[in-house]
Amino acid sequence: MIEIHNIQKSFDGNAVLKGITCTFETGKCNLLLGGSGTGKSVLLQCIVGLMKPDLGSITFDGTVFTNNKVNIRQEIRRKIGMLFQGSALFDSMTVYENTEFPLKMLTPEMTKEERRDRVEFCLKRVGLENAGNKMPSEISGGMKKRVGIARAIAPNCTYLFCDEPNSGLDPLTSLKIDELIHEITHEYNITTAIITHDMNSVVEIGDHIIFLHKGMKLWDGDKETILNAEVPELKEFIFSSSLVRAAKRVDDEGGLQDVLDDDPVRAK
Amino acid sequence: MVKTFGSFLLFLQSMLSRGERFKTLWNRTIDEAILIGVDSVFIVSLVSAFIGAVTCVQISYNLVNPLIPKATIGYMVREMTILELAPTITSIVLAGKVGSSIAGGLGTMRITEQIDALEVMGINSSSYLVLPRILASLLMFPLLVILAMGLSIMGGYIAGTLSGSISAQEYIEGIREDFIPYNILFALIKSLVFAFLISAISSFKGFNTRGGALEVGAASTGAVTNSIIAILIADFVLAAVLL
Ligand SMILES: Nc1ncnc2c1ncn2[C@@H]1O[C@H](COP(=O)(O)OP(=O)(O)O)[C@@H](O)[C@H]1O
Ligand SMILES: [Mg+2]
Repeated sequence: MIEIHNIQKSFDGNAVLKGITCTFETGKCNLLLGGSGTGKSVLLQCIVGLMKPDLGSITFDGTVFTNNKVNIRQEIRRKIGMLFQGSALFDSMTVYENTEFPLKMLTPEMTKEERRDRVEFCLKRVGLENAGNKMPSEISGGMKKRVGIARAIAPNCTYLFCDEPNSGLDPLTSLKIDELIHEITHEYNITTAIITHDMNSVVEIGDHIIFLHKGMKLWDGDKETILNAEVPELKEFIFSSSLVRAAKRVDDEGGLQDVLDDDPVRAK
Repeated sequence: MVKTFGSFLLFLQSMLSRGERFKTLWNRTIDEAILIGVDSVFIVSLVSAFIGAVTCVQISYNLVNPLIPKATIGYMVREMTILELAPTITSIVLAGKVGSSIAGGLGTMRITEQIDALEVMGINSSSYLVLPRILASLLMFPLLVILAMGLSIMGGYIAGTLSGSISAQEYIEGIREDFIPYNILFALIKSLVFAFLISAISSFKGFNTRGGALEVGAASTGAVTNSIIAILIADFVLAAVLL
């Protein structure tokens, strides 16, 4: 469990995070939901230590991360895997080398064979067992995200952070990536935090949802309760999605189950 | 200006704290040395051979006094190339080639979050990315400058003998006259200083890129201009102090 307490951050007097308190639960997909520019990425960067919050504390399973000793912070960082918005693969390395990289750097005690087994396992887990020799420039956006996930989970991470994992992907690929993250989270009991502004992800994998608006947390709950939330900003956000509006209309007319029965994705 | 210089020093310091294992550093340095050194051999050879040739032709054009022995041409080509042209021109060429590639490479890694990815893994990105580039430059620049010295003297020889302004014997006699070994040492010290300036300034520029593709281009240009200015200032200071 990651506990975030009263995190504040401003840039040149412009407050971006105005005291955020929330928790990310173990073994669940914790969604940070909010519009563009609400400070979701800044919050994530504070949590993983790429940025220093002005105030507040972050605790990973009982160990304080903010302002702690370098070696303790380092110890926590080794348990963090992160999937970046643009995947951030090292473009001078192949897919295989990218996945192997954190193992090489962080676990020098592993032998070459152990590393190979682990990399092959991770690549297989994300469905890329045949792409090991490809360069990042030769693969599609969806595949890059998969490599990013493989690289993040390679060192057996305890915490997984994803910044907009489906930005720039078509809806079906987005769904596949969401499902992959969801499965991995539950399979290995990882504490996962996902930034998104996509309602599809919310209804698909929102085990725990935190709604941010203008640097403040306005609501948290899960995908079952979000459609009935009584927060005006959240309602506005949810119903800005035409699909949600359409679904609600169909539901009001009592036909939602018929629509869902025709779902070709679920049918597979 | 003072603030930039301060953050430059902090940047150099961060590179030395919390380093990676020696083996990693060694492998990365060799990789970079191949990129920086081997890939620059062609352009450095070309430029230095022509500089030697042009120097020889111009000196013989200016030396019309029959009282001055022809061998002086060889002597002057040697002095000019070893002391100034080989180290300085080579470094300016390398500022363009190596400096822009370091700044562009690091700038791209910054804006595509590859540097953040290293940091999240708990790797000191500046010691992983920057230190090997600086060490590789310190290793390769002197070698390239030695190559440039040899080739520019050779260029002078070919141009002088082919144009008939000096005989092979006279040229060889000239380049052996009053040879001061310290000048070679001086040139190598210069090349080390220039190597450090180019790689450190370009890394700093690239590492601190913010924004997008446009800013990466600007960082490359800035790296080259600033490196060249630093080379010229250092060239003057070193000549005043060490000669
Ligand atoms: N390094 C920075 N320096 C100054 N302002 C920043 C920085 N990073 C983010 N911001 C500002 O913080 C705000 C929130 O950004 P961000 O967290 O990226 O939004 P999002 O919720 O879309 O991820 C934006 O207005 C942005 O301009
Ligand atoms: Mg963002």
